[in-house]
Amino acid sequence: MNFDLRLPLGLLFTLFGLILVGVGIFGGPELVRQSLGINMNLWWGLVMLAFGLAMLFLTFRARKRG
Amino acid sequence: MSTQIHLSGVDYSILALYFVFVLGIGFALKRFMKGGSAFLTSGRSIPAWVTGLAFLSANLGAQEVIGMAASGAKYGIMTSHFYWVGAIPAMVFLAIFMMPFYYGSKARSVPEYLKMRFDEKTRGFNAISFAVMTIFSSGISLHALAQLLETLVHWPYWWCVAASALVVLVYIFLGGLTSAIYNEVLQFFMIVLGFAPLVYLGLKDVGGWAALQAKLAPVAAEQHFAPDAWSRSWVHLGSAYENPMGIGWFGMVMGLGFVLSFGYWCTDFLVVQRAMAANSMNAARRTPLIAAVPKMLFPALVILPGMIAIVMNHTSGGTFLPVRADGTPDYNMTIPAMIARYFPAGLLGVGFTALMASFMSGMAGNVTAFNTVWTYDIYQSYIAPGKSDTHYLRMGRWATVFGILVSVAAAAMAKQFNNIMDMLQLVFGFVNAPLFATFLLGMFWKRATGHGAFFGLLSGTVSAAIFHGLSLTEHGLPGVKGGWIAPKFIFHSEMGQNFWMAIVAWTTCFALTLLISVFTRRTKTDAELTGLVYSLTPRPKAEDEPWFRRPAILGVIILGVAAILNILFA
Repeated sequence: MNFDLRLPLGLLFTLFGLILVGVGIFGGPELVRQSLGINMNLWWGLVMLAFGLAMLFLTFRARKRG
Repeated sequence: MSTQIHLSGVDYSILALYFVFVLGIGFALKRFMKGGSAFLTSGRSIPAWVTGLAFLSANLGAQEVIGMAASGAKYGIMTSHFYWVGAIPAMVFLAIFMMPFYYGSKARSVPEYLKMRFDEKTRGFNAISFAVMTIFSSGISLHALAQLLETLVHWPYWWCVAASALVVLVYIFLGGLTSAIYNEVLQFFMIVLGFAPLVYLGLKDVGGWAALQAKLAPVAAEQHFAPDAWSRSWVHLGSAYENPMGIGWFGMVMGLGFVLSFGYWCTDFLVVQRAMAANSMNAARRTPLIAAVPKMLFPALVILPGMIAIVMNHTSGGTFLPVRADGTPDYNMTIPAMIARYFPAGLLGVGFTALMASFMSGMAGNVTAFNTVWTYDIYQSYIAPGKSDTHYLRMGRWATVFGILVSVAAAAMAKQFNNIMDMLQLVFGFVNAPLFATFLLGMFWKRATGHGAFFGLLSGTVSAAIFHGLSLTEHGLPGVKGGWIAPKFIFHSEMGQNFWMAIVAWTTCFALTLLISVFTRRTKTDAELTGLVYSLTPRPKAEDEPWFRRPAILGVIILGVAAILNILFA
């Protein structure tokens, strides 16, 4: 079956990561205050982004190898 | 005051995006669904890391996330016994000793294995009871989700039931078991990545692990337990009166660790089905082992929030968790209350989506297990044997629709009559408790006969019911909680009662299967039992695999780490 699950996983979490990073940057101080003064949207967005990109990288590497 | 969540635009877009992917996976897989075997068993084609994470995720339903957090609040770190004493050894046992028979026999379901090993009546008993139980579990998940959403975000109950049922229906109808499994992996990452920041923020708020332990002392003192009763898992198991679970070490190790956990992880088709879908024997055996690694760490994700929440609730004077009608805190709201407290818009969407994902993974797992058992073990066996593969594909699809409709009806029933659901779960408990004895004897003793298995199982179930009728908790009223014959045995807690009921049922089933087998004639020859029984099956070879793909080595490492975790938090 020619279906690599890492592709949707990578896409979804890359998008989630981008959204959270965006909220982290433009969301304003009110949001930071709720998460104990840490810009959790930004940091966790970066974690998700890294996870998503890693999955995409693995997908494309596997494709290249055929 | 009840906990509430206010979703903003960005949260809704995260939720919507998630569902686009969930349904997208269903649509993408539709073209592979050419026959019943592709739809119902994934054609045994899925890599081990996917089946492994799905194996774990199928069990990550509402019961797990909401229930284990609630237990973390109610009982503290003792809840970890469900993982480090219960699940992990059972999963390793399944991988090393049982998967060779499940996978090697080419059985398409757990009941079918029973048919091959024993006889038709044993399969029928297991297939029918499992089909009924699994579909009601799916309904209970659906009900719990809708009820939670109604409280948290004020979405109308029936709208929630219809929408969730429809999403699950669409992606299973299109892509069958494969779609459910792939989505379970998506749900796994959603749940882990959605709840991890919650634990981080909660732990930071209470001041770290050491501070959490210190702050749990007054919580324990309030209920007249030792100061470390919430933060030590073993030292207070000497007597049922010294710990909040109200159970001693023997009941814990035998009842939960042996009977209930092995019974669930090693025989429940909901989880075993994931391993059966793996693409090779070695992959099938590694499935529970791959699942065991994150499973070991899950206490940090689901129990720790409960422990944090009870501290928050205590220090805030009981305002952190909502209060139920009887004046006790609503422990089931632990995770939602923490999400509402710590997650700002954005992260809130992720946490909320993770919560919905956990309910749906539980429901979808039940539905796929149901449609396989229905199609192969009931429909193909008793109603319409010998039809084409595409015929069973159609039946599998209709069974999915039917299963979801029954789930919705079960949800409606749960909403109307809370007691009926308690009663059903009780009966499921009777049926499940003895099961592992049947499999243990079936797989490791070639002399066990069909009559032995069937009547052993039946009497195990009956003995569980009788024991329940004779036992009660200290302040319990006779009825659905037990003692409906005469309350002869009094337990300190319901959990203790349950664990001991399981021990009694298992022992009865084991002893009677043994006894009846000795006095009945074998109906299966050695040749027929090859691949089904330990002594008649060649050991699966894994010597030419690298060490990290050899089940035995992985199993030993996992057990070692679990032992260390037990000692660290003893």
